[in-house]
Amino acid sequence: MRRIISVLMENEPGALSRVVGLFSQRGYNIETLNVAPTEDPTMSRLTLTTVGDDHKIEQITKHLNRLVDVVKLVDLSEGAHIERELMLVKVRATGAQRAEIKRCTDIFRGQIVDVGPSVYTIQVTGAADKLDSFLEAVGEAAIMEVVRSGVSGIARGEKVLSL
Amino acid sequence: MELLSGGEMIARALEDEGVEFIFGYPGGAVLHIYDALFKSCKVPHILVRHEQAATHAADGYARATGKPGVVLVTSGPGATNAITGIATAYMDSIPMVVLSGQVMSHLIGEDAFQETDMLGISRPIVKHSFQVTKTEEIPEMIKKAFYIASSGRPGPVVVDLPKDLTNPHDKYEYNYPKKVKLRSYTPASRGHSGQIKKAASLLLAAKRPVIYAGGGVVQGNASPQLRELAQELNFPVTNTLMGLGAYPGSDRQFLGMLGMHGFYEANNAMHHSDVILAVGARFDDRVTNTTSKFCPGAKIIHIDIDPAAISKTVNADVPIVGPVDSVLTELIALVRELRAEEPTLPDQDALGHWWKQIDEWRDHHGLWTAPRYDTTTPYIKPQQVIETLCKVTGGKAFVTSDVGQHQMFAAQYYKFDEPRRWINSGGLGTMGFGLPAAMGVKLAFPDADVACVTGEGSIQMNIQELSTCAQYKIPVKILNLYNGYLGMVKQWQDMQYDGRYSESVYEDSLPDFIKLAEAYQHSGVKVTQLSDLEEAMKEVFARKNELVFMDIHVDPHEHVYPMHVAPNGSMRDMWLNKTERT
Ligand SMILES: Cc1ncc(C[n+]2csc(CCOP(=O)(O)OP(=O)(O)O)c2C)c(N)n1
Ligand SMILES: [Mg+2]
Repeated sequence: MRRIISVLMENEPGALSRVVGLFSQRGYNIETLNVAPTEDPTMSRLTLTTVGDDHKIEQITKHLNRLVDVVKLVDLSEGAHIERELMLVKVRATGAQRAEIKRCTDIFRGQIVDVGPSVYTIQVTGAADKLDSFLEAVGEAAIMEVVRSGVSGIARGEKVLSL
Repeated sequence: MELLSGGEMIARALEDEGVEFIFGYPGGAVLHIYDALFKSCKVPHILVRHEQAATHAADGYARATGKPGVVLVTSGPGATNAITGIATAYMDSIPMVVLSGQVMSHLIGEDAFQETDMLGISRPIVKHSFQVTKTEEIPEMIKKAFYIASSGRPGPVVVDLPKDLTNPHDKYEYNYPKKVKLRSYTPASRGHSGQIKKAASLLLAAKRPVIYAGGGVVQGNASPQLRELAQELNFPVTNTLMGLGAYPGSDRQFLGMLGMHGFYEANNAMHHSDVILAVGARFDDRVTNTTSKFCPGAKIIHIDIDPAAISKTVNADVPIVGPVDSVLTELIALVRELRAEEPTLPDQDALGHWWKQIDEWRDHHGLWTAPRYDTTTPYIKPQQVIETLCKVTGGKAFVTSDVGQHQMFAAQYYKFDEPRRWINSGGLGTMGFGLPAAMGVKLAFPDADVACVTGEGSIQMNIQELSTCAQYKIPVKILNLYNGYLGMVKQWQDMQYDGRYSESVYEDSLPDFIKLAEAYQHSGVKVTQLSDLEEAMKEVFARKNELVFMDIHVDPHEHVYPMHVAPNGSMRDMWLNKTERT
């Protein structure tokens, strides 16, 4: 099962390499990863997605917690949560295709953020599967370049991950 | 307010931390620190002959005393030489602080002379590491390093020190913090009471219980509690290789070591048990054999300070995260409370039957109820060497070992009645550990007997430390169980490769160990006859102030038994000797 694990950790040199190293060292896989400082510059928020059964996920969260730099973490997939990913896609857009791609972008509530004579650059945000669907809808033939931020997430309601 | 340079801060911080010995080796990147040590430091420094030995000596010191061992090495090759010893300490959860020099800050990343990314190289084998970036932060980082290394599940911590930050001309305020707090690091301070209650009820409902205690009991100083609980309930106890001494070896309730080379009665008791109380043990593959066949009828209570150790390889029915000493104390109180209400618990008939069964196993194949080795060969048996050692030292010596058959014989045949007396590399299995570890132990306990049980393969991996022993007058006793082979490798080749001894033989290339000891200003005794063994060993141990190298020639073809049948065997599937299996 796919999980979204969100980690609050010290914004220290080496902290990220310890997290990433843990995954390779213990044979866990990371599908997506993003990290940036929080409103408190001494801390970073790292979000990663991974796939594994309950036993594996439990091991991953325990080993992450064992890292001295990790303050707290949450497996967002355990409760109601909001998942977002940002994607930038450069597509070939000429002739009749231009209108078609524009329509598709609207349907996915994306934005065309850069326009050239034969290309559009489109920004789409949403859950990872929505971004996948967009790429499918546009079609492989038109796609020139795809950049995805990796998944970010936050719990719904009152729950927060903070000190 | 006192102003100190970075180098002086390190010297002073080690004093303020109460460090007793620094094990190290100088080099360019740490020369400022060495100068500060020379000028002012009260902590004695032991100059080893190889940085690996510095880490093992610090490790041996830590295992014997419970206090963190301290290592100081230079950058580059000094740091990389320390890696094996850091990994050894990490695998066995030993508290250690390693101060490694680094090239000057402005050179980092430029492939400067003797630059290696020590933090990167050591990352998977440390509990934590620090890169110092400002001289002012040295005292706090050292304090944090000691705190992290010795609290929770202990482990090695590396502090990487760029040379410019220790420069004698730049002085800053020195304040050694009394305490440090880390918001991201809070080891469990006690176990969950609800879980401990569940454990108490489960123990009292047991009909075929066994207590399986590991190195965590030794590290967590919980031997007294373990004894108290086991004796309160009259439950059988087995110790892991790392846990030997946690429960007294000569007590009736002790079943010997368990696992790959564990006792028949211990492995069978585990396999047939209905309740296992695992304390500070980690169900590693050298204990469990095939995990899917592990102890099929047992409910498992697992107490450990490290949540990640619980349900890692074998699922725990009652997990308890907490310091083993306080959890056991609570557990004992609860068990007593429950027994006050229902004195018939646990079921004494069932327990009586269980003990009868265990005693039968013991009588049939136990290593301590009769010699299980062939006494008709002309050779000294390695088992007899350990039995003699135990006798001559009254079971009270500190015994360090290297890795191989000699290590397993020492674990099986020396009866450790106290924790911290058996010092070996269990997790990493590092040949070369024994002699430097013995140095660390002997320095900590100068009046105690310290024996290093080794083989002619292992001892040569850090033989150069005989020179360190000469310099600092460290009179350890070395027992070289000379079988002329990389014995443990040969045993596997005998059992699994039709006796094809691929690179496990030395072909007459071994040194004369007696002459070698003499070359290092020590003396040696060679023993080839069983009839000479005990007398010779007595004499050796009577020479309190000398390092004596005992070269004892033993049966070259002996195997270690019992031995788990693998692959696909369960706990109770064992070879009992070369021809017989369960
Ligand atoms: C550094 C290192 N290299 C290799 C091994 C693999 N190994 C385990 S036991 C052993 C043989 C040890 O021989 P010796 O020290 O003579 O002990 P014996 O088994 O003969 O008692 C070897 C090579 C190891 N454990 N450590
Ligand atoms: Mg040998």
